[in-house]
Amino acid sequence: MAYLTQMKNRENVLEIENLQVQFDTEGGIVRSVDGVSFSVPKGSVVGLVGESGCGKSVTSLSVMGLLQKPQGKITGGEIRLNPGENAYNLVNTPEKVLQKLRGDVVSMVFQEPMTALNPVISVGKQIDEVIFLHDTRYRTKEAIRSRTLELLKLVGIANPQGIYKLYPHQLSGGMRQRIMIGMAIACNPRLLIADEPTTALDVTIQAQILELLQNLKQELGCGILLITHDLGVVAGMADFVVVMYAGRVVEKGTVAEIFAQPAHPYTIALMKAKPVVGQQQDRLYAIGGKVPNPVELPPHCYFKDRCSHAFEPCAGDYPCEISLSPTHTVSCYKEAGNG
Amino acid sequence: MAKYICKRLGISAGILLVVVFLIYLLMRLLPGSYVENMAIQLSQVPGAKPYEEWVAQLNAQYGLDKGIVEGFFVQLMNMLRGNFGDSWKYAMPVTEKFSQVIGVSFVMGAVALALELVIATFLGIYAATRQYSPQDYLVTTGALLGISLPTFFFATLLKLVFSVKLGWFDLSGLVGRNFQSLSPWGQFWDMASHLVLPVLTLVVVSVGSLMRYVRTNMLEVLSADYIRTARAKGMPSSRVVFFHGFRNTLIPLVTILGSSLPGLFAGSLITETLFAIPGIGYTAYQAMIAGDIPFSMFYLTFLAVLTLLGNLLSDIAYSFVDPRVRLGGQYG
Repeated sequence: MAYLTQMKNRENVLEIENLQVQFDTEGGIVRSVDGVSFSVPKGSVVGLVGESGCGKSVTSLSVMGLLQKPQGKITGGEIRLNPGENAYNLVNTPEKVLQKLRGDVVSMVFQEPMTALNPVISVGKQIDEVIFLHDTRYRTKEAIRSRTLELLKLVGIANPQGIYKLYPHQLSGGMRQRIMIGMAIACNPRLLIADEPTTALDVTIQAQILELLQNLKQELGCGILLITHDLGVVAGMADFVVVMYAGRVVEKGTVAEIFAQPAHPYTIALMKAKPVVGQQQDRLYAIGGKVPNPVELPPHCYFKDRCSHAFEPCAGDYPCEISLSPTHTVSCYKEAGNG
Repeated sequence: MAKYICKRLGISAGILLVVVFLIYLLMRLLPGSYVENMAIQLSQVPGAKPYEEWVAQLNAQYGLDKGIVEGFFVQLMNMLRGNFGDSWKYAMPVTEKFSQVIGVSFVMGAVALALELVIATFLGIYAATRQYSPQDYLVTTGALLGISLPTFFFATLLKLVFSVKLGWFDLSGLVGRNFQSLSPWGQFWDMASHLVLPVLTLVVVSVGSLMRYVRTNMLEVLSADYIRTARAKGMPSSRVVFFHGFRNTLIPLVTILGSSLPGLFAGSLITETLFAIPGIGYTAYQAMIAGDIPFSMFYLTFLAVLTLLGNLLSDIAYSFVDPRVRLGGQYG
């Protein structure tokens, strides 16, 4: 079968290689994701950061096979998922097989807990559904229900029996996000994608949800792809960081490397833009200029026009990836001499 | 909930009073009243009293010598006592005439509505799940065609094809010529076959708007976040559409159902006339042009009650399909 493949490294749950995603819009073809490559090792958290519209969510939806059709399509590259034995190339896996993987091997927590749950079905039933669809160990109604109650407890809900019967509108945002997480981990996925799981929540709840994800990672040993634009969250949670800009990966490395020696001017600017507690600042730092129009991307480095380090080579082709260490790579001419 | 229903009933009663008054006012203001027509006929009989005397006598007889406000209260009091009076045109109690003709209209309306709902829901979902595909365009174009077709034109077309060319059904009427000689089952089938074309007409001209409504709603629901969540769970798309999507499309559909309650009893003037079916639409129309105040009052008031009731019912039905309306409370 054409969709079965081999992982480059058996220790990875997910390998994305040179992924290309296009959207047909009225304004023209938008290359939302252009040549993105990174991998998620087993049991570790990879933080995918970048500003809104840089292709973070599109990348994650491509992994789930949930791109909006027919406008969005994957035009190239490979997404390899490792469920244990055979690896799947999700780019050409047929829908029927994808359905078996989704929710079971790979699952996703969405950004908006307010709207991501079905308003007319009780939250318990919504978790039951995933178990019913994938987990053959639980066949009877009672078994599924008790597994759901177990999951509700696992995600830190104090009164599982009571919550089971409630509808989403009766729960707060934090509770709903716990339900979403419960749903996502119901079948012990190998890979959990969390698309800005805390963006819609207030800061105290945010901390609780992140702690929950952290604990679950240890308990379940699944890889987590954490999509966020909050560098604080990345610093606290992630093992590896991938920085995206305008549909491309500009820099990736371990969390220590990225935070200690950010190499790409965009990453450096992002770090500078983050306010620091206890430090007096009259004006918050902002990156000047704006993101290039995705329909007509420039032939040179996409960040050149906003970059304070730009020099002559930057007017040339888009810079290729340069390795600064076995784990740290950057796409910038500034580092060309150091690589 | 009980408090809410009581409040709504109170408001409805107020609206109804105003509506009934407006109906009475309009009926009284209609030119060429029943009494005048009758007086003309009676005065033309050889040796009869002159027209003016007849008018005065008949006006007193039918209670039209009173002012509009006074006349209205007399009528209202009678109606409140359950006395709807005798139909002037049909010369029998209005309720009796009504019960004679409502049956066939109700059956027609109910069958047509049921078919409309089933077809519209099915096609609406079919088109919505294949948005911008050739099938979608076919269905939406067909719906638009149905909406645009005038009833009389489409009915005539059906008659031409199925009655004149193919000879499958009679051209008009509710029963065939040999109706009396048939067995009870035969009579049933005879009437049923006479209702096929009228019901088909009703369905085709009104299914389109309902179908477009279902399609639009389904499209909105299908682009909702919770549908993406359902897909992310690995659910087959048929289950996503019919389990997660359809339950949510039911919410707006319920409103439509509530407002179609009066339609079941209103009859359909044009279709009934075209197929010469003695239903309520045709009967009420005849009563109205004859200036038959008691019958028209009864018919229009009945429809007003049903309209108000339909609105109330759809509000209550909301709470069955939408837990957000049912429970309301916030937890945690």
